Amino acid sequence: MAMIQMPSGADPGAAPPPLELAELTATEQRTGASRSPAIRALQRMSKAIRSNRKATWGAALLLLFALISLFPGLIAHDDPNAIGAYKTALGPSLHHLLGTTGLGTDMFAQIIYGTRPVLEIAFGVGIGATAIAVLIGVAAAYLGGVWDAVLNLLTDILLVIPLFPLLIVIAGYLHSAGTAVMITVITLTGWSYTARQLRAQALSLRKRDFLEAARVRGERPLYIIVVEIIPTMTSLIVASFLTNALYAVLFSSSLQFIGLGDPNIISWGTMLRSAENNEAFQTGQALWIIAPGLCIVGLGAAFALLNYAFDEIGNPALRPIRRRRERNR
Amino acid sequence: MRFALRRLAFFLLTLWAALTLNFVLPRLMPGNPAIAMIAKFKGGVSPQALHTLEVQFGVNTHQPMISQYWQYLTNIATGNFGTSLSEYPTSVGHIIATAIPWTLGLVGLTTILSFVLGTGIGVVGAWRRGGTLDSVMPPVFVITSVIPYFWLGLVLILIFGIKLNWLPYLGSYTNTLTPSLDFGFIWDVIRHAILPAGTLLITTIGTWILTMRNTMITTLAEDYVRMARAKGLSGRRIMFDYAARNSILPNLTGFAMSLGFVLGGAILIEYVFNYQGVGYWLLAAVNNEDYPLMQALFLLITVAVLVAILVSDLATALLDPRTRDAG
Repeated sequence: MAMIQMPSGADPGAAPPPLELAELTATEQRTGASRSPAIRALQRMSKAIRSNRKATWGAALLLLFALISLFPGLIAHDDPNAIGAYKTALGPSLHHLLGTTGLGTDMFAQIIYGTRPVLEIAFGVGIGATAIAVLIGVAAAYLGGVWDAVLNLLTDILLVIPLFPLLIVIAGYLHSAGTAVMITVITLTGWSYTARQLRAQALSLRKRDFLEAARVRGERPLYIIVVEIIPTMTSLIVASFLTNALYAVLFSSSLQFIGLGDPNIISWGTMLRSAENNEAFQTGQALWIIAPGLCIVGLGAAFALLNYAFDEIGNPALRPIRRRRERNR
Repeated sequence: MRFALRRLAFFLLTLWAALTLNFVLPRLMPGNPAIAMIAKFKGGVSPQALHTLEVQFGVNTHQPMISQYWQYLTNIATGNFGTSLSEYPTSVGHIIATAIPWTLGLVGLTTILSFVLGTGIGVVGAWRRGGTLDSVMPPVFVITSVIPYFWLGLVLILIFGIKLNWLPYLGSYTNTLTPSLDFGFIWDVIRHAILPAGTLLITTIGTWILTMRNTMITTLAEDYVRMARAKGLSGRRIMFDYAARNSILPNLTGFAMSLGFVLGGAILIEYVFNYQGVGYWLLAAVNNEDYPLMQALFLLITVAVLVAILVSDLATALLDPRTRDAG
């Protein structure tokens, strides 16, 4: 990442932009100078969503899934839980867009209603794990000394213990894990990776003038961490949310697929579980496995595309250079 | 030297943390899950084995926690992981010994293949910046990296196993054959490995390609690469000796680390393909509430990762002196 020192703005209390803002054009800096760094970072992201094609796709997909999870009843008219409501294993038709499952439920309704538990876990873990990561990562970097050593050691230990086997073992002891348990377990075990990234950036901010100024003003450490440091790290916090949410989707679906989730919740992972249990492939019901899997891939791709696009903005060297080459020819 | 000692100390600390976690977890869970397990297996297990279990999981025992913990550590140190319950009276150690070769063969070889292919494609992609390969790759691999392993495995089973009927997709060899070293049996094992290995290859190769490509793009902007061009060196020489050689370190460390994940990295693939390796047995143990087997496999997987991280740290320090101070 480019390390360019920014000149302090007219207002001595205003925070200078974080490192990633160094790539802004001069006009953007001037217009944004009076706003808070958090708002500027968010503005940059919304601009990216409009201009970067990967980000546009990611945001559109995420919005689609969010709308589905909020209003499932408007889209699907069948009860996803009504086992035996229809003939089993019907093919796709106008009445049943994806056909029916081997248990006689409408598959389209299950896919639609199954969106919400997945998004709940994604956002629950995304927010929870990021909050822990921010607190521990930034506190370690800012407080330094013994605190840094202890918190950093805790992060490192959790980082090297293989996460998925650990989740399997915990879920194995707990038996059928519902949504809340799933969120708690994945959050408590999964925050360390992003905490490490956040600590690294907070360390690079530690010696900046605006923090020195806050200390001289006599602010308490908690105030400095929450009001002065965290807003300047908005981009990285959003990236860390996206990473955690993506892993939550993949991990929770996997756990549900191997039968460690709550079988009474309709979600994509438990759909795959019952499809596998009813030998969907062998009995010619391929859609029962294809459809929920594609949804997992779609939601995962939404998080991953957004993350990749924001990464490209932070590191311009990675951007596609198609256009310039064509012009040269 | 100081760096090596610090990494070694960290290794021992994490090892202790993992061992302790393994001990504490069942005791932390609401209504110690081992009680249900012991009740379930009460009739089928000898009283002596039952008592060992009770001590192992802290049920019906008046021993204080600290002496339970000490006994647990002694058992681990002497390699005594107890008896499997679902495969009673086979010992846990015996099951693990039969499972490891299958996982090492399947996942280990695929990891090496994935690393070699992925790094190569990454080098070529970065070198031909803006070419077809380079512009198609990143979005494609963003997508493949979010495909759940197990689901891709299921799709490959549908296409190549069921629809086309080209390849077997259950187990590690045909049950009617007796394991031997003759050509027919080895061919059978290879045919059974193609689909799980393909699944693993597709889902892991993207990381190697992207890491290599991204590091190499940064390296290609260095002055010494421009210097090499100015000297009129051949493109091939610059690509491999100047750019790739100086960009491979992140991939090499990643590779050392991924070797540690061989044992526990393909749990779901082994499950989907009924491939009787470490991951398959871990899930079997979980589903059968066979906690002694489950604990031992979790420890095995964790220790493999910890050792690999230690090795990769030491190798990085050896290969790149700049990192020695940072550790």
